[in-house]
Amino acid sequence: MTKKIELAPENNKLCEKICSISGEVVTMCDQCGTCSASCPMAAEMDINPSEMMKMSQLGMEEVLETKAIWLCASCFTCVVRCPRGLDLSKVAEALRQIKLRQAEDHMDIKKLTIEELEGLPQIALISACRKFTG
Amino acid sequence: MSQTKIAYYPGCTLKTTAKNFEDSALAVARALDIELVELPKWNCCGTVYSLTDDNLMYHIAPVRNLLRVKQMVRDELVTDDHRMVVLCSMCYNALKRTNLRVKENPEDLQKINDFMYLEDDDYELNVDVIHFLDLLKEIGVEKIREKVVKPLNGLKVLPYYGCMLLRPKEVGIDDPEEPNLQENILAALGAEPIDSPYRKVCCGSYLTVDNKYVVVELAYKILSHAQKAGAQALTTSCPLCAFNLDNRQKEIKEKYPGFKNIPVFYFTQLMALAFGLSNECYGFDLHHTKPEPLLKEKQLC
Repeated sequence: MTKKIELAPENNKLCEKICSISGEVVTMCDQCGTCSASCPMAAEMDINPSEMMKMSQLGMEEVLETKAIWLCASCFTCVVRCPRGLDLSKVAEALRQIKLRQAEDHMDIKKLTIEELEGLPQIALISACRKFTG
Repeated sequence: MSQTKIAYYPGCTLKTTAKNFEDSALAVARALDIELVELPKWNCCGTVYSLTDDNLMYHIAPVRNLLRVKQMVRDELVTDDHRMVVLCSMCYNALKRTNLRVKENPEDLQKINDFMYLEDDDYELNVDVIHFLDLLKEIGVEKIREKVVKPLNGLKVLPYYGCMLLRPKEVGIDDPEEPNLQENILAALGAEPIDSPYRKVCCGSYLTVDNKYVVVELAYKILSHAQKAGAQALTTSCPLCAFNLDNRQKEIKEKYPGFKNIPVFYFTQLMALAFGLSNECYGFDLHHTKPEPLLKEKQLC
């Protein structure tokens, strides 16, 4: 017998939001796990990239509270390997953006010490501000 | 042979912590009859390509830089009428991807041009963004080999690519799984390129700002595997990879006292060295792990 998963309206709304910001059809993911096996950050993550995709498909709010979305450094390894041609870096960016667009920054640049700021090259500071602040 | 003059976008970090990358690359280009002419007016590329589908704002800065090339052609500052060379891997990726996006989406380009109404010109998609390694590939290893006066004999180097030169495929300068552009150059210089699966693995990038211990772990893996494979040094073309792989050796050493420091070069520094160019362009003072002991051991400085 065929079983169909019906998303509650609020879950459906989040799933659609992720799709529209990322431009990716997250429902295409068939959970093969290639991304999780390839991700250099997976060992540090609380959920792995394929779980991030599943939670996005199901429109689960909890995905927005994971550490994983901030540990993805947009290295595009999963992007070149995904057999379905999905761009997970865009999905992770969409999840970060949903938080950042609610003025919830992930990083407070003011908390860095003068020594840290002076020691870091511009390329690091600018990219971190781009990824972690709204 | 007349010198080719080609537009060159530096980016912020090439003027500070990666000044040795710029100085050595400009000197190497001159030795190969190419003048890299800096854009007279340039702005930040944004460092990271904006991955959202619904926000054009972040693409304006890269497009504004592309627009400058047309002005340089008009002012006869360059002889190559359509290309812009980039050295920094992150700038390369951001500029190249933005260029692709506006090429594929004329409506986006129209909106961005409308936004930049104070500019004299519209951007008309007439620029190709290339990396300096693309240009070296075009010049060919034969010509590079001809310029070598001090072969880097016995120097074992891991050519580290990181992410932004190879991925995603549509902007990658080489095969994302089996790149060999740097290997070919290193071999032409007389060095021995070392293989390691970690040469394409992310160094942790900007996580170095708010989560540096993730970067320390990744950098330790990359560097210790390189050493296990026999490498005595690494090369890169990314100032952020260089920072994470070189400067973070301080934290690696604190966590793993048995770790032995290893120098990280920009590939152009090794080219300058092998070409016998003025040592003013080497900029070894900017390195955390000083390369001189290794180079002295190999009788290269």
